[in-house]
Amino acid sequence: MADLRSKFAGIASPNPFWLASAPPTDKAYNVARAFKAGWGGVVWKTLGEDPPIVNVSSRYGGIGYNGTRIAGFSNIELITDRPLQVNLDEIKQIKRDWPDRAVVVSLMVPCTEDSWQRILARVEDTGCDGVELNFGCPHGMSERNMGAAVGQVPDYVEMVTRWCKQHTRMPVIVKLTPNVTDILAPAAAARHGGADAVSLINTVTSITGVDLDLMAPEPVVDGLGTHGGYCGPAVKPIALRMVADIARDMPGLPVSGIGGIAFWRDAAEFIALGAGNVQVCTAVMHRGFKIVEDMIDGLANWMDGKGYTTVGDVQGRAVRNYVHWNDLNLNYKIVARIDQSLCIKCGLCHIGCEDTSHQAIAALRVGGERRYEVIDAECVGCNLCYLACPVDGCITMVRQQTTGGVMTWEHHPNNPLRKEQGT
Amino acid sequence: MSEIGDIAAGRLDAALLAANFGDAHPPLSPSQAVVEANRCYFCYDAPCVEACPTGIDIPSFIRKISSANLRGSAQTILEANILGGSCARVCPTEELCERACVHTAQDSKPIQIGALQRHATDWLMERDIAPFERAASTGRRIAVVGAGPAGLACAHGLARHGHDVTIFEARPKPGGLNEYGIAAYKVADDFAQREIDFILSIGGIRIEHGMALGREITLDGLRHDFDAVFLGLGQTAVKALGLDGENVAGVRDAIDFIAELRQAPKDRVAVGRRVVVIGGGNTAIDAATQARRLGAEDVTIVYRRGPQHMTATGEEQAWAQTNNVRIRHWAAPARLIAASHPGMQGPAVTGVEFARTMIDAAGRLALTGDSFVLAADMVLKAIGQSFKADGFVAGLSSEVPALHDGRIVVDRDRRTSLPRVYAGGDCVAGPDLTVAAVQDGKLAAAAIHRQLGG
Repeated sequence: MADLRSKFAGIASPNPFWLASAPPTDKAYNVARAFKAGWGGVVWKTLGEDPPIVNVSSRYGGIGYNGTRIAGFSNIELITDRPLQVNLDEIKQIKRDWPDRAVVVSLMVPCTEDSWQRILARVEDTGCDGVELNFGCPHGMSERNMGAAVGQVPDYVEMVTRWCKQHTRMPVIVKLTPNVTDILAPAAAARHGGADAVSLINTVTSITGVDLDLMAPEPVVDGLGTHGGYCGPAVKPIALRMVADIARDMPGLPVSGIGGIAFWRDAAEFIALGAGNVQVCTAVMHRGFKIVEDMIDGLANWMDGKGYTTVGDVQGRAVRNYVHWNDLNLNYKIVARIDQSLCIKCGLCHIGCEDTSHQAIAALRVGGERRYEVIDAECVGCNLCYLACPVDGCITMVRQQTTGGVMTWEHHPNNPLRKEQGT
Repeated sequence: MSEIGDIAAGRLDAALLAANFGDAHPPLSPSQAVVEANRCYFCYDAPCVEACPTGIDIPSFIRKISSANLRGSAQTILEANILGGSCARVCPTEELCERACVHTAQDSKPIQIGALQRHATDWLMERDIAPFERAASTGRRIAVVGAGPAGLACAHGLARHGHDVTIFEARPKPGGLNEYGIAAYKVADDFAQREIDFILSIGGIRIEHGMALGREITLDGLRHDFDAVFLGLGQTAVKALGLDGENVAGVRDAIDFIAELRQAPKDRVAVGRRVVVIGGGNTAIDAATQARRLGAEDVTIVYRRGPQHMTATGEEQAWAQTNNVRIRHWAAPARLIAASHPGMQGPAVTGVEFARTMIDAAGRLALTGDSFVLAADMVLKAIGQSFKADGFVAGLSSEVPALHDGRIVVDRDRRTSLPRVYAGGDCVAGPDLTVAAVQDGKLAAAAIHRQLGG
């Protein structure tokens, strides 16, 4: 059986599945239930200075898709709304009760060295394993010059990270906001500041929908709405890209992957693109903590099948294949193949191609029966039909023989700035 | 109670009767409907549309359910089929749209198209929304004979164009088979009449009851008085078993039993303790199942061929069996057994002798020479109905439309051999389905409108 034990930024946990800093990790009660269910670690919901913040009623918005609820999720909740000491006492107790689990504490205080120094001392006293700096929260706190207001300015990221490293012996993880143009800038700043790791993504600035009766953005608070932070399965592709960018361009910086992880397969993808561990929130808010069972044995079973013995074997395996567009082979050619014995005649391959793409799938009637056929000469190998086809295995994309070997844009005849082959 | 002729009403209490004759297939809840609608692939050149005799744009109406555009969904349905509400309930969808659904090929779980169609049309009808407007009156007058699905669909199509329609109906209520010939639990809560009110609400349609062709009205008269005539005549002739004693007490036509169940309070409808239903169509199923639901203890359908030959769909057969109706195949009625009892007015049926049948070497139905007897207090004959053309036989009309195999011959526009005379429904060739009748009426209305210069 694969060994899922994890060591991330020096913090050990029995598996790489942590709960992200969020409502599920706001109290000892929840965290104890999570650990009972098997979660490897938690990042405690962000602590701040007293007096505690006040939250609104009506806090979450959700996007359903085709009958699936919470394909995307958003919140306008702030950091913990409980007094600091209450949280610290509970953290201390939890770490005492669950010494083998990772307990990392998320922090967000005003941007002064004093504030960070004060809270770090008190947090360190709990015996927790590390801290995560919340530079990502895109709503509410950012209007008070915290959260994403810090994370969007690399200089601030570096400055606060440096303060934290100076004032604590604990590992410091910097949580990054995706609401930036280039994720490498704040990641580099965190690294310059001495961060032991980064975690990403925090939520994406968003409006989940509009209540068309109230004419207000959702979630609606007494007739008004504000932008929130978007997360859940819908944001996974955004998160994967940012994690991969850091893994590829900043090797050696540990990354905790966050964003839409609900199944072991999601976790495997993040790990393959360089994440050392993963954090989960929306999926447990939707289904409860028990989902970790499948994440643990699903990942282990898959690793066993592939011959991977540790998470480290998987980590970063796909990074080498994550390249720039210009490195792609323009001489690679695939075309769609329809297995007529599996075709159910829905015509989706045809209509998508016909209306919106390359007119490469003919809609025929043969003896009155519908038949959809690929016109090889028109097929550019875009995958649209393969993606739209509702039958597994009915459409496959088949490699075609081409001549001339690998040809990238750098050397392509159509590129006015091309380099000659071999240069 | 005598062992002979044990036929009685009120075998079950009122609550049980109400439950037994309520909606057999309750409607989808709004959330169920959305989940089901979301399963639809929105196929291109969707096979379900082609399989629908009225060509409803099924993917579109389903997509409008998933988007909560129920008004638009219902409009899409009703545009193609003004009786979309009753077709949603009575169509053999497992042989039409749902059989063609690509999900049937993929995973044998077709989209519940009928249930979704009901969801959308019920939504609209419950809100008394009028989806269509009548055009300005043209002053043209069209006679429609028969207020069944074909006649109603034709009348509605013509009324939309601003023509004035008079429907002549022999029965006291409109609806045809929807009102008289379908099991009560398929069209519960007086749906047939509510749908007719909905159809008539467009205006421009008048129904005259008690008017039968060849009795109060003649084809000559209608052709003289109206700009065009649509014949939406039903099948009024019931086939006989051809056995001695068909008139003894306890033997009756299944179609009459079904009609009585629709018109009378259920606790007044008499049913035997042991019932034998002869036939293999949906009428046999409806009669047998309703007999059970009225409280008959022992109900058997006997059909002279195998299950695959029954015109009742597989789903209908299973439904009867779920209702504890026994179906016996390969047996033909040979003799009605009757007996008298002191105090009875005449002999009453006590059983039916059946001859076992088989397919012989020549592929024909033949008797095996073996037989058996089923005891029965009530025998319901459901071996088919036919169109009776005696309403316009020569003598009553100077000209009559051409017939073929006992049905009126029509072209693609449902035009008969007579000028300005159209026909549709069970009196013309084609499947005897409500949905096919609606299509006939719809096409005839369009053709009549064109002929009148529309």
